[in-house]
Amino acid sequence: MLEIIYPVGVLGGLGLLFGAGLSMASKIFHVEVDPKVAEIRQVLPGANCGACGFPGCDGLADAIAKGKAPVNACSVGGNPVAEEVAEIMGVNPVEVVREVATVLCQGDCNKAKDKYVYNGIQDCRAQNILAGGSKACAYGCLGCGSCKEVCDFDAIEIVDGLAIIDKEKCTACKKCIGVCPKGIIEMVPYEKEVIVKCKSMDPGKIVRANCSIGCIGCQICVRNCPEEAFIFENFLAKIDYEKCTNCGICVEKCPTKAIFSSLEESQSIAQ
Amino acid sequence: MNLFTILISTIFVNNYVLGRFLGVCPFLGVSNKTETATGMGIAVTFVVTLSSIITYIIHHTILIGRLEYLQTIVFILVIAALVQFVEMVLKKISPTLYNALGVYLPLITTNCVVLGVAILNIQAEYNLIETIVNAFGASVGFSLALILIAAIREKFEIQEIPKALEGFPIALITAGLMSIAFLGFNGLV
Repeated sequence: MLEIIYPVGVLGGLGLLFGAGLSMASKIFHVEVDPKVAEIRQVLPGANCGACGFPGCDGLADAIAKGKAPVNACSVGGNPVAEEVAEIMGVNPVEVVREVATVLCQGDCNKAKDKYVYNGIQDCRAQNILAGGSKACAYGCLGCGSCKEVCDFDAIEIVDGLAIIDKEKCTACKKCIGVCPKGIIEMVPYEKEVIVKCKSMDPGKIVRANCSIGCIGCQICVRNCPEEAFIFENFLAKIDYEKCTNCGICVEKCPTKAIFSSLEESQSIAQ
Repeated sequence: MNLFTILISTIFVNNYVLGRFLGVCPFLGVSNKTETATGMGIAVTFVVTLSSIITYIIHHTILIGRLEYLQTIVFILVIAALVQFVEMVLKKISPTLYNALGVYLPLITTNCVVLGVAILNIQAEYNLIETIVNAFGASVGFSLALILIAAIREKFEIQEIPKALEGFPIALITAGLMSIAFLGFNGLV
């Protein structure tokens, strides 16, 4: 009889002990959870894309509830989500500047020179391991389409060995930015029509030798910009998007057409 | 046996994943990225070391003598309760550590490595210090294997792999090859 009672007693006793211990511990170590977190989490898109910089939507909901992140931190959800979140938090929504990913390179097969012929694995990261890829320019798009592969929204196309992002389809999830070995994909405000589409920090002579549409660092755009919106460093002009008014003067003046403008397209369509 | 020998033998020679084939589920499940593999490794190290101390004490106070056949079920109970408790304590005391380990902690309550180490410690008749060293070494070996395969699998992402072998098949083949490679440590101790 004792052979049965003893193990049952020990196991049952241990079970009871642990049960009681855990329920006590859950009281002692109870952590208050803000009910707002759950509400905000409901409103967020739930894609867990990480574009906000927090670990998933749960992380962002937590940060917003604690006031560590702005109510409009979710770029995927945009203004509708920001408004709902603002309502939960009881503050006024701030307009979200919609940003889209943009490939800062225009050197397609015809415009940029190659330094060797690449026949390997069709993946930019693999190609980049081989002497920085086949393009003569070290800052150029390799065109193997790694960004296209990771894009969940079908927004990226490879045309003539150059990745082009459809800004209507882009949801700013930043996955392509993470995967690009050249780091030439950047977030640009949606309304900005004028963009310096070159990331080359080489001096003008080298740029000219490698590519016909790169920024050669002549600074004509810097001198001609009425808003003084250009930042010039490392032989590369960059636009301060807060100052830029889309006037398009730099686009006309740029000798290599490295400054891209979607204005021309819309204007020529209008004409 | 000296402690250093125990440590080396449990990390390399008798690696729990590649030599004893325990803990294969997380070995394949969370080895897609080195980052998550590291997180899992740290969580396992933490739990295995702690649980083997507790199971050692429980074995030598309660079970020794006539109840040793209850080992498995008692150890499962102890480990499950311990992980729950540790999770609660971490959440309260160190939110940073909780965030780093939090996702992985519940995953390893029923992991065979955790139970395996606890039981094998008793079988090898280690004393408390040896138990701790062995448990720590076992989990370091586990983390090592996990991080290694994760690094290899990250490379697979940009390789052209035959269609039929994509994903798990190639991971299993890799695991087999790694296991063979670890057999090379056999003469070490």
